[in-house]
Amino acid sequence: MLLYVFAIILTLTVLAYFHGSRRAASLSAFSDTPLHSRPAYHGAYVAIWAGLPSQVLVLLWVSLETAALDALIAGTLPDAETAALSSSERGLIVSEIKSVARGLIFGEPAPFIVDAAARYGEWQRIAAWCLAASAISLVLLGLAVSQRRITALFRARHRVERVLNGTMVLCSLAAIVTTFGIVISLAFEAFKFFQHVPISEFLFGLSWEPQIAIREDQVAGTGAFGAIPVFAGTFLISAIAMIVAVPVGLMSAVYLSEFARPGFRAIVKPLLEILAGVPTVVYGFFAVLVIAPALKSFGGDIGLPIASNSALAAGLVMGIMIIPFISSLSDDALRAVPQAMREGSLGLGATRAETVLQVLLPAALPGIMGGILLAASRAIGETMIVVMAAGLIATLTLDPLQSVTTVTVQIVTLLTGDTEFDSPKTLAAFALGLTLFVMTLCLNVAALRTVQKYREKYD
Amino acid sequence: MAMAQVAVEMPEVEPEETFKMLGRGVNVHYGDKQALFDVSLAIRANQVTSLIGPSGCGKSTFIRCLNRMNDVIEICRVAGDITLDGRDIYSPKIDAVELRARVGMVFQKANPFPKSIFDNVAYGPRIHGLASNKTDLEAIVVQSLSQAGLFEEVKDRLHAPGTSLSGGQQQRLCIARAIAVTPEVILMDEPCSALDPIATARIEELIDELRKDYTIVIVTHSMQQAARVSQYTAFFHLGVLVEEGETEFMFTTPRDQRTQDYITGRFG
Ligand SMILES: Nc1ncnc2c1ncn2[C@@H]1O[C@H](COP(=O)(O)OP(=O)(O)OP(=O)(O)O)[C@@H](O)[C@H]1O
Ligand SMILES: [Mg+2]
Repeated sequence: MLLYVFAIILTLTVLAYFHGSRRAASLSAFSDTPLHSRPAYHGAYVAIWAGLPSQVLVLLWVSLETAALDALIAGTLPDAETAALSSSERGLIVSEIKSVARGLIFGEPAPFIVDAAARYGEWQRIAAWCLAASAISLVLLGLAVSQRRITALFRARHRVERVLNGTMVLCSLAAIVTTFGIVISLAFEAFKFFQHVPISEFLFGLSWEPQIAIREDQVAGTGAFGAIPVFAGTFLISAIAMIVAVPVGLMSAVYLSEFARPGFRAIVKPLLEILAGVPTVVYGFFAVLVIAPALKSFGGDIGLPIASNSALAAGLVMGIMIIPFISSLSDDALRAVPQAMREGSLGLGATRAETVLQVLLPAALPGIMGGILLAASRAIGETMIVVMAAGLIATLTLDPLQSVTTVTVQIVTLLTGDTEFDSPKTLAAFALGLTLFVMTLCLNVAALRTVQKYREKYD
Repeated sequence: MAMAQVAVEMPEVEPEETFKMLGRGVNVHYGDKQALFDVSLAIRANQVTSLIGPSGCGKSTFIRCLNRMNDVIEICRVAGDITLDGRDIYSPKIDAVELRARVGMVFQKANPFPKSIFDNVAYGPRIHGLASNKTDLEAIVVQSLSQAGLFEEVKDRLHAPGTSLSGGQQQRLCIARAIAVTPEVILMDEPCSALDPIATARIEELIDELRKDYTIVIVTHSMQQAARVSQYTAFFHLGVLVEEGETEFMFTTPRDQRTQDYITGRFG
């Protein structure tokens, strides 16, 4: 039903467009005053009036219909059946009614439920017809009103542009609203966690043992929620990754953009970008099956004890994973520096290396920082590689040869398996997530500020 | 043929030592396309030589051969020989980087680095190690800016970005930047094409002053400018050097019909 309504609105909108532009065109053919806007704008204006309000109506309707019908049906249930029930039990009954109405019948539903289901189905049909009728009449109304406004002097272009502007604003707001939504939901759960565990213990505690018992018969730790070791682990592994990726990524970007022949570049750059498309779980295999054993046996040879899930192995592989972010974005930034800068520097007798170091890198700094930042955020938030290659025990250490755990690993382990949604164990995951989010946010802001301070603008 | 022409045009009275640079039989290809055909041209020491000719005739190509700027272009091949003080600049013994320190270049569009005015001028001296300490460096910067006639205008804001200057000031900044490495020859490819008449006049004056210390080659589309600033003029047409000689004679009594047509504005 809904699909038909959409299709009808769409067809009418397209017709409205042609009607509007045809009308404007014929106006200009029969009068001396030139049209203020081209016919296409008049068409678009009529189409917007015809299509937009009814689309909004349909969307609103769809988002509110279920809630409204549920409330209505709950109101009609016989008091005798529901008086003694809690609100969640009442919710269950409403869902049962809805599934019966959809024809999914399990066992023998009570007669009052069958009754209500029949009513529910009836109301849904009525609602759908109402929607169709009102939407289509809205289309026709919009069309009728707007087409009468078409005159030679009518400023259709301005109106259409204003609507376009508004659409763009809405789209850019969508991202912001989503971010806020994420933060608020995280903050909400995290707040519940901090009612169980004091915030100071979480932020400054040095021991992390979240596996507390959630049933009487389980054997488990007593529970300690000091997040420092976990964040130290994330920091350690990300730092190793950045130490690997920044020099390699930057150097390859400089080579690709300034020194490589075009043919070489045409092959290598896409290859590097493929590296970014490898699923991280594959990197995880690579870390566990290749790098970690190799490191361990190498350590054995030179007499260094290296844990089999050492931070070094995870960090190295993560470093390889983020190389393409740095190299590809830096390469783009370097190539965006005008050729005139290169020639100016070379023309003064600078070597290519001097040109790169003193002119090109400073000019490309914002883009390069962008790449490094993106890579750092990826490293900090990366989950799969560390789930496979890093440890589970939170050890507070900065020794890359030991096993550490990371924030993301802990979130995964806290939220998988036996969970209960208001135990501190589960809620701790949200607190970790929120802290991680705040930290990456601060990192971004700090980096943006540095860039603004040191960037050398070339336009 | 052009070789022969040069031989005829450079009479016995002019010894080769007065030539700062000398191109003989220069041919340049961009890929399969030939841009210069057997060009032979002398650049006299402490004189201004202007290169004129219609668009696409190879002026920029020739001037970029003089400091091997064409090496930067992948598809460009240069044949023939060009000497600086009698030494072949395309010989493997010569380092292009060193050559460019001796033969500086100012481009058509002012291209100051996105650094401060001071750092723009100090860039060359720094990379060539021309100043042993900070005072020396400051002296070089001030001296170059004054020579380029810019110092008075920017002395209070040496640390403002070079890109914050006006177009004409930027072009003088680029000249100062080139002077700061004390080159022997300065190549200018249409240095005034983006400037208004007043800024142009300032740069022309500047060129005339610089002639005392430097040898200058300038590409220009303005016949008047060539007549005003240069002592020698070379006219290019379709990649061929048609005629060269003293500016005065070139503009009053051109020998070639094409030159005559061009300077009287019949084509170009
Ligand atoms: N980078 C390049 N790649 C290929 N061909 C080029 C390149 N630069 C110049 N050419 C060609 O060489 C010829 C001479 O060009 P050049 O730039 O020397 O002309 P010009 O005399 O400086 O012209 P203008 O007065 O317009 O600057 C032109 O035909 C041009 O198409
Ligand atoms: Mg040119």
